[in-house]
Amino acid sequence: MSNRLVNILVPVISVILGLLVGAIVMLVSGYDPVKGYTALWNGIFGDSYAIGETIRQITPYLLSGLAVAFAFRTGLFNIGVEGQLLVGWFAAAYVGVAFDLPMYIHLPFAIIAAAVAGGLWALVPGLLKAKLQVHEVIVTIMMNYIALHTTNVLIRAMSDGGENTGTIKETASLKSVFFESITDYSRLHYGIFIALAMVLVMWFILEKTTIGFELKAVGFNKNASEYAGMNVNKNIILSMVISGAFAGLAGAMEALGTFQYASVKGGFTGIGFDGIAVALLGANTPLGVVFGATLFGALKYGALNMPNAADIPVEIVSIVIAIIIFFVACGYVIRYFLEKKNKKKEAK
Amino acid sequence: MSFLEVLYFIVPSAIFYAAPLIFTAIGGVFSERSGVINIGLEGLMVMGAFIGILFNLFFVDTFGAATPWVALLAAMVVSGIFSLMHAVAAISFRADQTISGVAINMLGVAVALFSVKMIYGKGQTDYIQERFIRFDIPFLSEIPVLGPMFFKNVYSTSILAIGVALCAWFIIYKTPFGLRLRAVGEHPMAADTMGVNVTRMRYIAVIVSGALAGIGGAVYSQSISGEFSHTTINGQGFMALAAMIFGKWHPLGALGAALFFGFAQALSIVGGQIPYIDQVPSYYLHILPYVLTILAVAGFIGKAHAPKSIGKPYIKGKR
Repeated sequence: MSNRLVNILVPVISVILGLLVGAIVMLVSGYDPVKGYTALWNGIFGDSYAIGETIRQITPYLLSGLAVAFAFRTGLFNIGVEGQLLVGWFAAAYVGVAFDLPMYIHLPFAIIAAAVAGGLWALVPGLLKAKLQVHEVIVTIMMNYIALHTTNVLIRAMSDGGENTGTIKETASLKSVFFESITDYSRLHYGIFIALAMVLVMWFILEKTTIGFELKAVGFNKNASEYAGMNVNKNIILSMVISGAFAGLAGAMEALGTFQYASVKGGFTGIGFDGIAVALLGANTPLGVVFGATLFGALKYGALNMPNAADIPVEIVSIVIAIIIFFVACGYVIRYFLEKKNKKKEAK
Repeated sequence: MSFLEVLYFIVPSAIFYAAPLIFTAIGGVFSERSGVINIGLEGLMVMGAFIGILFNLFFVDTFGAATPWVALLAAMVVSGIFSLMHAVAAISFRADQTISGVAINMLGVAVALFSVKMIYGKGQTDYIQERFIRFDIPFLSEIPVLGPMFFKNVYSTSILAIGVALCAWFIIYKTPFGLRLRAVGEHPMAADTMGVNVTRMRYIAVIVSGALAGIGGAVYSQSISGEFSHTTINGQGFMALAAMIFGKWHPLGALGAALFFGFAQALSIVGGQIPYIDQVPSYYLHILPYVLTILAVAGFIGKAHAPKSIGKPYIKGKR
């Protein structure tokens, strides 16, 4: 078995194990797993509305997955995607509400504002990591909470104590009349093209540019990169900022596409944390992220159909996703068994 | 309100809000001192909060006034067992400890909410009847100034929390077990050559951290919220993690930091009733713990050193 095949098999086996555990949990707690997974399937592919909403859900997952994956490639663990997403969400909504511009300026402006906000939010952990060797995990977790409180305060200030920024101007909206007409008025919007374009951007940066080569080199071996004359600190900061910009764009998808506003939040959206799962499942490659985002976005949206159709709480899907991450993290064991099996075959 | 009255008001509520953080942060100290990162504290706390409420609701007729205490034990046991998952992944399966911690967080919330919806058919449980209650410590509460501040209207769980922190300090710094624990976290290979069972020590440490986080969660749900829903534990575990780091991986440091964070939390909740403090927007009090933690890890408040071998699985015979 080649190394490449094993790399693909580990996530596939993890997904199967995750779904199996989900079925067992349903069985043990007195639900019908067949009915449950049928409801899940129908929730994803049932009709054109469901398909549209599923793709809509996949859009921010693509970007949050890219954000986590990009930082991982430089050896950084960005748990702060959630916070960067929130500031991006607010920035996009703010630009969308506060300015009156023609669409060809307004929309790009709002999108770029979100990317810049996310990038700046990620600059803090990047700088601290590069200059003071502070572990990015702790800083990004703390930055998440600061982002949550900060955006809430800003939204309240913007709306004179209200809970909502108000709907963005049409010139900043990603809303798609065409998608609405073919998907029975789902909230599917043009953001999916931006997300897919960013997949290409990440692939291009990592595989085709010197910057990408340096970023990956730092991820593989910091010291070797240093001796080879690369500026490790610069690469760490750059990687965090680009990762944060992807996360900010995920926020823009919510602000300009799905919701058309930003509102005060009691807790996190979960999109950023699920981005970790997406990136892990996709082995931190752009193409892998597409698969990961598709799977988790579909699972998350399809699950909403489970309480109605099969009377099963939606959280079953969160259990499945957590179990999948758990097994991917324990990839060592799966590899071990695959190799053992392989050796037996060879011995015969 | 005079200055003393303000203190009488704020100090007990600070300790009240700090108690769950203290338990959980001490749990974190055990795990991380043995070299296992435990980001899963949040999920373990959620589990503890959930089991505490569930047990309380189901067995209140059997145990009467003692229910919260028995529920605390139940939460401790269940979260301890739950943390085994993290232990197996991080220690035996050589998983990335941060990632398996993230999985524990997601799983804790998901399992708890799934069960709540299964049992109650809605997103939150009923309110419990038997909570932890305040009492005055006889004699000590009569002391002028200090009495009303520390010994009047106290929760027994707060006293237990401070007791646990002191015990943890004694265990980690004054017993052979503690020495081995620290050795395993700093230099597992050296510890191994001296005959310390690295794997066993780390398993014990992670399970202790799970048990303590479970207690922390159950204390929170049974004294502060009174029910369990998806917002019951909302970042408490991460704040405990912050307290542990702000306390520089030392039990007493973690105790102090948790008390301080409890103070900030109390200020942000009851601050509106206190002169001068009510002028400060609650926003600054909300973000204070997180900003302080960033400053602490950045070394602006004295250098903090994490245990040397933290996050690295120990593989026998590998240099």
